Amino acid sequence: MTEPDAVSGVDGAAKQAGRGANEEGEGTIRRVTEPDAVSGVDGAAKQAGRGANEEGEGTIRRVTEAKHHEVRQTTTRTITLEVTRYRPGQDSAPVLESFDVPLMDDWAVLDGLNYIKDQLDGTLSFRWSCRMGICGSCGMNVNGEPRLTCGTFFTEFGDGPIRIEPLKGFPIIRDLVVEVDDFLDKLRHVKPWLIREGEELPLTTEHAQTPAQLEAYKQYSMCINCMLCYSACPVYVLDPDFLGPAAIALAQRYELDSRDMGDRFDMLNLDEAVWGCTFVGECTKVCPKHVDPAEAIQRYKVTAAMRSILPWSRR
Amino acid sequence: MTTAYRPPRDHAWFLRNRNYTVFVARELTSVFVAWAIVFLMIVIDAVLNGGDPAAFAGQPWVIALNVVALAATTFHAVTFLNLAPTATVIRLDGYRLPAWMIQGGNHSAWLLISAVIAYFVLRTP
Amino acid sequence: MIDVLIVGGGGAGLRAAIAVAEADPELSVAVVSKVYPMRSHTVSAEGGAAGVIAAGDSLDEHCYDTVSGGDWLCDQDAVEAFVAEAPRELIQLEHWGCPWSREADGRVAVRPFGGMKRERTWYAADKTGFHLLHTLFQTTMKYGEIRRYDEWYVTKLIVDDGRVHGVVAVEIRTGHIETIAARTVILATGGCGRVFPFTTNAAIKTGDGMALAYRAGAPLKDMEFIQYHPTGLPFTGILITEAARAEGGWLINKDGYRYLQDYDLGKPTEKPKLRSMELGPRDRLSQAFVHEQRRGRTVETPYGPVVYLDLRHLGERKIDARIPFVRELCRSYQNLDPATDLIPVRPVVHYVMGGVHTDLDGATPIAGLYAAGETACVSINGANRLGSNSLPEILVFGRRAGTAAAAFAQAHRQAEPPAVHAQGEDERRRLERAREGNHGGDRIADLRERMQHTLEGAAGIYRTGAELAKAVDTLAELRERADGARMDDTSATFNTELINLQELHTMLDVAQTIAACALNRRESRGAHQRTDYEARDDREFLAHSLVYRAPDGAPSVGLLPVTITRWPPGERVYGRD
Repeated sequence: MTEPDAVSGVDGAAKQAGRGANEEGEGTIRRVTEPDAVSGVDGAAKQAGRGANEEGEGTIRRVTEAKHHEVRQTTTRTITLEVTRYRPGQDSAPVLESFDVPLMDDWAVLDGLNYIKDQLDGTLSFRWSCRMGICGSCGMNVNGEPRLTCGTFFTEFGDGPIRIEPLKGFPIIRDLVVEVDDFLDKLRHVKPWLIREGEELPLTTEHAQTPAQLEAYKQYSMCINCMLCYSACPVYVLDPDFLGPAAIALAQRYELDSRDMGDRFDMLNLDEAVWGCTFVGECTKVCPKHVDPAEAIQRYKVTAAMRSILPWSRR
Repeated sequence: MTTAYRPPRDHAWFLRNRNYTVFVARELTSVFVAWAIVFLMIVIDAVLNGGDPAAFAGQPWVIALNVVALAATTFHAVTFLNLAPTATVIRLDGYRLPAWMIQGGNHSAWLLISAVIAYFVLRTP
Repeated sequence: MIDVLIVGGGGAGLRAAIAVAEADPELSVAVVSKVYPMRSHTVSAEGGAAGVIAAGDSLDEHCYDTVSGGDWLCDQDAVEAFVAEAPRELIQLEHWGCPWSREADGRVAVRPFGGMKRERTWYAADKTGFHLLHTLFQTTMKYGEIRRYDEWYVTKLIVDDGRVHGVVAVEIRTGHIETIAARTVILATGGCGRVFPFTTNAAIKTGDGMALAYRAGAPLKDMEFIQYHPTGLPFTGILITEAARAEGGWLINKDGYRYLQDYDLGKPTEKPKLRSMELGPRDRLSQAFVHEQRRGRTVETPYGPVVYLDLRHLGERKIDARIPFVRELCRSYQNLDPATDLIPVRPVVHYVMGGVHTDLDGATPIAGLYAAGETACVSINGANRLGSNSLPEILVFGRRAGTAAAAFAQAHRQAEPPAVHAQGEDERRRLERAREGNHGGDRIADLRERMQHTLEGAAGIYRTGAELAKAVDTLAELRERADGARMDDTSATFNTELINLQELHTMLDVAQTIAACALNRRESRGAHQRTDYEARDDREFLAHSLVYRAPDGAPSVGLLPVTITRWPPGERVYGRD
C-alpha cells in the first residue's frame, strides 16, 4: 500500500482493529463480541466491506473460491459471523471478531469462512479440504455445537448471527485451528490394524467374509476422525487422558472384524479407556457419520465385564 | 512449541448444554438409589431385631423422602433400560434387532419381576 | 539423513511408505504431508477399484478397455504391468483390513463401471477411497519406522548435479522452515483439479508435486488431458459417483430423454449394459452434455446448465445398500432424495491424466526423484482415464515407487553435498521474505479466480487454438502478478495465507503447462477436443506431450512416442455390438 495510514481497503481496517486491540489491552474485548456493539470489530469489518467496495466497480465483487459464480452484493442481505480469533504471541486469550458476509441460501458456514478469508481478512486461519463431509478437517463449534462446517448451512440460522469457535476440548493453535495430535497417539495406541497370527494368505487369495460378518463392524469403520465426538465428550474435556470415543470405536472396528486375531482387552479394559466413559451419549449425537461411538464403548464394557467374570471366555 | 492456548477448566460445564444437564441430573438420582438401599437395610434391621419397621417408615419425612426417591429411582431405571440397546446388539440372521424391541423386553421383564415381588409382599398371609 | 522422503500422505504416498518399510526396516522413511494423511483427497474417491478377479474376465480385456478408453495414448507396457499387479494390490488391501463389499459366500464383490467390458470394479459401498485411505493410514501406524511430518508443506526440491538431495518444507503449525536432506524423494501429492473453478477436487489439490518436479527440471507429461466427470452436483461440484450409473442410473435431459443414445453410445436398455450408454467413458459422456446444451436440451439453473441423473427406479433399498453416500450427499448438500427426486448434474473437472513423467518404477529423469499416483504420468491413463483405474493405480505405482526408491537409497549412501545447505538457505530467505507481508498487489483469491476462469474458458471440454494461445499469455501475466500478490498474514503460527500463496504459484505453473500442451496438440483425442482440429491424428500425435520449464520460466513442449505392445491404434467403439 502506498499510503500506510489511509484506511482504504480491508487491510487498513483490519490493522485499525488490531491497533485498537493493543490499546485496549488485555481483559477488554477486542473487536466485537456482542452483536449489538457497533464499534470495534463490527465497524472494522463493515469498513472493510466498504473498502473493498471502493476498490471494485460500484458493486462488491464477491466470489467464493470454491463456487465459481459471482455474488453481486448490491441488495443482498448479509449475515454476521462471529469468529474466534487467537494469534499466539499477540493475544493472551481468544476473542470473537464479527464479519458480515452475504446471506446466500445455499452457502454453508464454511463458504462464509472462505468468503472472509478471500475477501475480507486473509489472516483468518482454519482447516478445510473436501467440502463434502468426508475428509474430517472442518469441524468447529457452530453456535456452541460441534459441527462439520461444510455441511452446516446458513438456512439453519435465520438472520444470525452465527458464532463460530474452535472445537472445545482441544488446545487452540490459532484462530479456529486446534491441536489433534493427541488423538492420533491414542489411535495408534489401540493398534488400529488387522492383527494376524500364523502364515499369511498368498496375494492371490482374499479372506472370506460374509456380508453379515462385514456388517458386524462396518459402522465403526465409518469414522472420519473429525474430532466432533471428543469435543462433545465432557469426560474428555475434563480429563484428556480418556482414550475417547473415536479411538475406542476404531478399536472395536478391528475387535469385531472376523479377520482380526488380536486382543485389545488390556488397552480397553482401563479406567482411562471404556470405564472412563460415563455414557453421556453426546458423542453419538454429534457424530456426522452415524458411527455411534457410545454404543461401541458400552458394548465393550459388556465384553470386558464378561471377560472379568468369566476369565476363561475369549471373544 | 507450546504457544497453543489451553482454555481453563470449565467448572460449570454441565450447564453449557441441555443434554449435559439432563445427564448430570440423572447421575444425581443415584443418590436416591443409594437411599433406597439404606432404607431397606434399616427396615430389615428393625425386623430382625424385633423393632417396628412401620414406626420408622411411617414418619412423615421418611414418607416424603421415599416418594421423591421412588420418582428418582423410577426415572433412573427407565432411562437405564432405555439405554440398554446401545450396549447389547442382537442380530438375528443378519437383521439387527431394533432398539424398541430390546427396550420393550427390558420393561416387560421389569414389570413382571415387580409384579411377582408385589404378589409376595402384598398377599395376606 | 532420510533414506526415502515421501511428499504427500494420500493413497500413493502411504502405499509407498509401507513398501519401503517392508523392503528394508533399516531404512528411514518419512511422509511429509500438508494435511493429516487421513484428510488426503483419496478419501473422496467413491465408486471403486478395478482389478481382474471375476470368472470370465481376463487381464487382456482389462488392458484393452484401458487402452481404448485412453484413446491409444497409454503406454501399453505400463498398462500391462498395472493390470497384472492390480488384483494383487487389492487383495493386499483386503489382507490389511479394507472392508470390501462382499458376495453372499464371502468373496469380494465386483460391480460394472464406465468403459469396462467386464464387472471388475471392487468396492466398499460407495466410499471406496475413504476405506482404502483409512486402511492404509491405520496400517502405517504398525510400522514404527515410518516417520510422519503432518501439516508440513514442501516448497522446494533440492536438486544438485541431476540428483535429488532433499526438500525444503515449512512446518505449518510453527512456521519453522527446515531443509530435510534425503537420499530419495517420492512425489505423491495428487492432482491439480483446483486450477479449474468447478471441480470435484478438494481444496488441497493444487498440483504441488507437479510444480516441484517441473521447477526442478523434470518434465511433465500429457498435461492437456483433463478429465471432466459427467456427474457433479451444480454449485458445489461434489461428485456423484459413476457407481450410481453402474447400479442402473440413467442420464436424462430436460425432456426426460436418455440422450446418450444420440451420441454413438448404444441404445438404451432397462438394465445397465457394459461399455454402453451410461457406462460409456467419461470423456464421451461429458462431450455429449455439451452437445445437449447447444441443442437447448439441458435445464438452466442459477449455477449453469444441468441434466438429470435418475436413480428413482433403483428403489430405496438398492440405493441404501450400494450407493448410500450418494443419498447422504444429495440430502445434505443438494437438499433432495435420489430415491424420489432427480439429481441435477453437470460435467465437472475431476482428474488430470497428465503428471510428472516417470518410468514404470515411478522414476523421473532426475536421479533419486520418483512420483506416483495422480501426480505422476506413467502413463496408464492416456487421453482419458477409465473410472476405477485410479485407485489401483495409486497402489500399484505407489508400491513400485517405494520399492524402487528403497533400492536406490540402499545403493547410494554418500553424504549430502554442500549445495544442499546453500539451496536450503536461499529458499528459507525467500519464504521469510514472503512472510514479511505485502500490502499492495492483487488478492490471492482474485488471481486464483482469474486463473481458474482463464483455464476453464480455454481448456474446457472443447478447445480452440486461438483461445488457448490467449490463455497462455494471460497465465504468464498472472504469474508475474502473483509474485507481487498481497500477503496480510505475517504470523509464523499456522499461516494459511502463506501456504495459499505458495499454492497459487504451483497452480499457475501447472496451469501454464496445461494451456501450452493443449495448444501444441493439434488434434482431438480423448479428453482433449480441439474444434479447430476435430480428428485424431496418429501420424503426428500418437505421442505424449512432454513439457519442460525453459530458463525464462515459460513452458516448452515436445513430443515423446507412445509405447505400443499388442494393441495397435483403432477406433473406440461403445454400445455397438
